[in-house]
Amino acid sequence: MSARRKRIATTSLAGCFGCHMSLLDLDEHLFDLLAKVDFDRSPLNDKKTFTRRCDIGLIEGGCCNEENVRVLREFREHCDVLVAVGQCAITGGVPVMRNSIMHAEDPLRECLEVAYNASKTVQNPQNLIPNDPVLPLLLDKVYTCAQVVKVDYQIPGCPPSAEVFRIALDALIHGAPPQLDHALIRYD
Amino acid sequence: MSRRIHFTVDGQSVEADDGQSIMEACDAAGIYIPRLCDAEALVPQGSCRVCVVKLNGHTVAACTQPAEDRAHIESDTHEIRSYRRDLVRMLFHEGNHLCPVCEASGQCELQAMAYRLGISQDAPYPYLQPVRPLDASHPDIALDTNRCILCGRCIRASRDVDGKHLFEYVGRGIHKRIGISAATLAETDATIDDYAFSAGVCPVGCIIRKHEGYEVPIDERRFNKQVIGSRIEAKLLDDNEEEA
Ligand code: SF4
Ligand code: SF4
Repeated sequence: MSARRKRIATTSLAGCFGCHMSLLDLDEHLFDLLAKVDFDRSPLNDKKTFTRRCDIGLIEGGCCNEENVRVLREFREHCDVLVAVGQCAITGGVPVMRNSIMHAEDPLRECLEVAYNASKTVQNPQNLIPNDPVLPLLLDKVYTCAQVVKVDYQIPGCPPSAEVFRIALDALIHGAPPQLDHALIRYD
Repeated sequence: MSRRIHFTVDGQSVEADDGQSIMEACDAAGIYIPRLCDAEALVPQGSCRVCVVKLNGHTVAACTQPAEDRAHIESDTHEIRSYRRDLVRMLFHEGNHLCPVCEASGQCELQAMAYRLGISQDAPYPYLQPVRPLDASHPDIALDTNRCILCGRCIRASRDVDGKHLFEYVGRGIHKRIGISAATLAETDATIDDYAFSAGVCPVGCIIRKHEGYEVPIDERRFNKQVIGSRIEAKLLDDNEEEA
């Protein structure tokens, strides 16, 4: 009996899409990958919802807003194995730097003030801070994926190289942990 | 000439001068014992414990423990590797180590040690995300203590080599940190030519030499090209020298 094709879902939360770009850097190996797996919910095919249960969920980015938390929980619910991909998903990455002001009087306001008003490179004469109702509400601080749901494995890197993706995905597709040889481990 | 002694490390026999530390003797024999708080030219202090080995069944710090004649030393065993991995992981979780935005990335000994020890998966520790100060007051030097691992190398370099006592430990336990001899670095007599601020002293990206950032691009840095410890294993002894 031939093994059932694995189903993979991916998403980018508080990330820069760099990890997804690096996944696309698989280039011709994408054909090998697509011979073995089907992509379900993913920005790569623009499927916004799960069509069925998935074997592997790849999460880029941590959680900086309520939507990130909701999506991450949906991924946990629909994926057998959940993998934090890249430093933002693992440590919070660049967005988590705002946690260093979390003990300020009003940290969120301070963060938004700096981002939209106080910064020297920002031109915003009316001092507007985006507050459209469609924008997801920001969380008090940035959370790593493992702080929100149980994460099974992680693939380090900023972003993980295409080679790392190839090796890690190959292991995951065969039901093995994405253990990396030390020469392939990078946190930058 | 001092008396020669003989002992074994993971079954391999090593000869040393009586009085040499386990680490000195192993370095000379081309056996690398991982370390973070110890560095060339500084008095060993045995605080990071990454150089833990078993000497006749007892755990000791190889950098401060004298080698003993006929001793059995275990270093590269599953148990000791696990201790080292846990120690290094805890350092990552205790400070704020965001390698993608750190100038030291690729030449940082903590990161290189984590690579060498094969740390790719999560640790059962929370990220403490401490709030720690950045001192950029000095024209040539910045201190980003988010990345300090309290190895004390700057303390010993300033005290013993520069004779300046710029740094000292302050506080205890989880509150322990590196203090400087004035309110800000700019108010001390620190200069960029101090040994304490030379490249091999701070193992991480806490002491930053300004105006030199990213002179060597990421990917072309020391530990992108060689595993930490490989120079000692190749008997080139000083692991802090760049590959020619
Ligand atoms: S000091 Fe080292 S481990 Fe810490 S962020 Fe910088 S490169 Fe990473
Ligand atoms: S500043 Fe650097 S050298 Fe000094 S204790 Fe911290 S990590 Fe060690």
